[in-house]
Amino acid sequence: MASHGIRDRVAVVGMGCTSFGERWDKGAADLLVDAALEACESAAVERDRIDAYWLGTMASGRSGLLLSEHLKTGYRPVTRVENYCATGSESLRNAAYAVACGAYDLVMAVGVEKLKDSGYSGLAATGGAPADGTRCSMTAPATFSLLAPAYADKYGLDERTMRDVLTRIACKNHANGALNPKAQFRRAVPPERVEAAPKVAGMLGVFDCSGVSDGAAAAVLCRAEDAHRYTDRPLLLKALSFIAGPADGAKRQDYDYTSFPEVVASARDAYRQAGVRDPRREISLAEVHDCFTPTELVLMEDLGFSGRGRAWRDTLDGRFELDGEQPVNPDGGLKSFGHPIGASGLRMLYELWLQFRGEAGTRQVDAPKLGLTHNLGGAPGRCVSFVSVVGAN
Amino acid sequence: MAGILRYGTYVPYNRLDRSRLQGPGRGERSVASFDEDATSMAVEAGREALRGAKRCEIDILFASTSHAYAEKLNAAVVHAALDLPAATCGADLACSSRSGLAGLALASRMAGCRPVMACASDIVVGAPLGPRESTGGDAAATFLVGTGPDVGAAILATASRTTELLDVWRGPEQQFARQWEERFALGSLVPAAAGALRACLQAAGLSCRDLSKVAIDCTHSRIAVATAKAAGLTREQLADSLHDGIGRSGAAHAGLLLASLLDSAKPGDKLAAVCAADGAEAVIVEATERIGLARPAKSVADWLASKRSGLPYETYLRWRGVLPSEPPRRPEPPRPAAPPMRRSQRWKHAFVGSRCRSCGAANLPPQRICAGCGKIADMEDFPLSDAAAKVATYTVDHLAYSLQQPVVAAVVDFDPGGRFACELTDVDPRRVAIGQKLEMTFRRLYAADGVRNYFWKARPRR
Repeated sequence: MASHGIRDRVAVVGMGCTSFGERWDKGAADLLVDAALEACESAAVERDRIDAYWLGTMASGRSGLLLSEHLKTGYRPVTRVENYCATGSESLRNAAYAVACGAYDLVMAVGVEKLKDSGYSGLAATGGAPADGTRCSMTAPATFSLLAPAYADKYGLDERTMRDVLTRIACKNHANGALNPKAQFRRAVPPERVEAAPKVAGMLGVFDCSGVSDGAAAAVLCRAEDAHRYTDRPLLLKALSFIAGPADGAKRQDYDYTSFPEVVASARDAYRQAGVRDPRREISLAEVHDCFTPTELVLMEDLGFSGRGRAWRDTLDGRFELDGEQPVNPDGGLKSFGHPIGASGLRMLYELWLQFRGEAGTRQVDAPKLGLTHNLGGAPGRCVSFVSVVGAN
Repeated sequence: MAGILRYGTYVPYNRLDRSRLQGPGRGERSVASFDEDATSMAVEAGREALRGAKRCEIDILFASTSHAYAEKLNAAVVHAALDLPAATCGADLACSSRSGLAGLALASRMAGCRPVMACASDIVVGAPLGPRESTGGDAAATFLVGTGPDVGAAILATASRTTELLDVWRGPEQQFARQWEERFALGSLVPAAAGALRACLQAAGLSCRDLSKVAIDCTHSRIAVATAKAAGLTREQLADSLHDGIGRSGAAHAGLLLASLLDSAKPGDKLAAVCAADGAEAVIVEATERIGLARPAKSVADWLASKRSGLPYETYLRWRGVLPSEPPRRPEPPRPAAPPMRRSQRWKHAFVGSRCRSCGAANLPPQRICAGCGKIADMEDFPLSDAAAKVATYTVDHLAYSLQQPVVAAVVDFDPGGRFACELTDVDPRRVAIGQKLEMTFRRLYAADGVRNYFWKARPRR
């Protein structure tokens, strides 16, 4: 498979991100307008300078009209994209390609989701195509909960140790979120509280699950050579990789629920594009798709931050904490920042945007060289995966 | 002469202890789970009857007083789930508990042409705290009736009495059946039942002493005793009513009692089944040398022993829709759509997957392009409804929409190959384990907009 990448050809020159959470005061249109205007302000451009838009939303709108109608963009191309929970990253990726190929000079990628109007608990995907009623209707936490016993079994962790690992991830991301004024959950939680939480699925309690939230994020992109017209500190896209897997984990007996092969494939592709040889050393910080605590654990191995069967130890050793060797989810992640589906991929980029500009406040990581975002859509055995690598130089 | 080629029974897993109900009841009644109905139980009994048999054209008569659809052929669902050829007759018999044994009698008359499957399945719901709730039970029984050398029990004679009388009744607008005082039934049904049995004996050229056992199915044991007495039977000849372990399972019960007798019959044993309802139906059979080959793997006694006792009464009421409850704060599952159901019919109803002829990989649900080797359109049928399976991994889902939370979902690996994720049922969420042995069972996942969404779940082996 040829995957040439567009290393250092496209730059992020402005970003916006709303507060995530139960935004009873704002609809999807309000949220996307807030994020888009903030991104324009950040890039110091009026919105009539933006040539084209990519709008990512899983279910808060159907077409580009959600953006054009409310942002009042006149007669311009707006493309709606959707790819499960990786929707925001798809918006970024496609917008970046449009700039790289020269079709447009200045574009915006927007992601938005309004989840809290449904009245349901958890994430509720509705309105699929008419079907034969034979699909197993496991909820998202149930499908990801399959990772925990499989991982513990494969690497010989007893239930107590496995619980400690998951609790550590939850506590870390809550502690990071406490430092983030835009996060949905801004309080550190003690391990006892994580473990005493009501069970949702399998080993997973409420604190093992990402926040169900409303929010939007947006990025303004241009060709790298034009970036300094808009900002003196652009963020360069070094790799964009996207993989849709064969969705056969629940069909083949050899899949063991301790890895996402889609993530392994997209990470390999992204590292090749960016020239990264040793991700454990070269990636200074990462925003990864911690939809549930065991997801983050497995991702550390799939992204090459830990060896196989070692992520649990690295987690307990504090490697991925804010003051650790390789901070993961310094903004609180999906767990604490919240997970408005269409916005999450761009929210991850937003944190790297702040970190590389030195604007991350009390959660600022020292002198980052390369950053990574990882965004997942679907479930173990049936998913899509996105990996980006970014840097300032 | 027509006879029973094969038969099968089904008794659901759960039991309700009668001591928890009002009145002096003893023992327990069987209770269909929240995901079962008359059709799904008929399928289970039908699978027991046909296990290992070659699929051929079989007419289906399906008797119940609790048919899942008031309009739409319920027998067609049974037919599809048993993966039978299309060129067969299907008909639903309804409205009286007598329809089950009547179906067997009709089948014996139709069987000259091709085999007939007489299915009977019922969920008996009585008004809360009334006698019908306590004495009723849920079960299914199926007889494959045909002619030829494979007959395991010859049907020697049948006889009927049709009497217009008001004993048990329920209008379409009523949730629960009502019953006239039992002494009236005693006076009017006993002559009908005894008369039908006598006529049956006469037609078979037998006397009542020739019968090893007689099962008399009726709403009250006193009617059975009085009928036995009127027909000249001894107490020893009267078969157990299965009241203590199952309860009277409506249209299925006479067949269930007969099946229970066939489970232990020796060649040459002559057995009678009588149903006293809206008149009476009587059938006399004689076990042949082939009776062992007609028997299902699981006897009624096996089903009785395979159970979970102590179902909470309020759970029972919720399952039957008698007691409304707070729905989960989750979207209701969508109504399945007719064209996709039609397109995937053998997968949905009969659990027939596909297997690659080239590399042998199982592909579930059926695929056009092999997930194993990428070969295009080289698939063969791969039926898995009877395949042994085990838990690859599982989870207990407290969030998923279901009438009975939590939902236990598992990734299921089939011994002959193939993997599929589905719900587990008849399972204790605290006792699921990786490697646990499973078998497939036909269930109603949910109903939406009146559409009963049937599909397969896995259950721990019973």
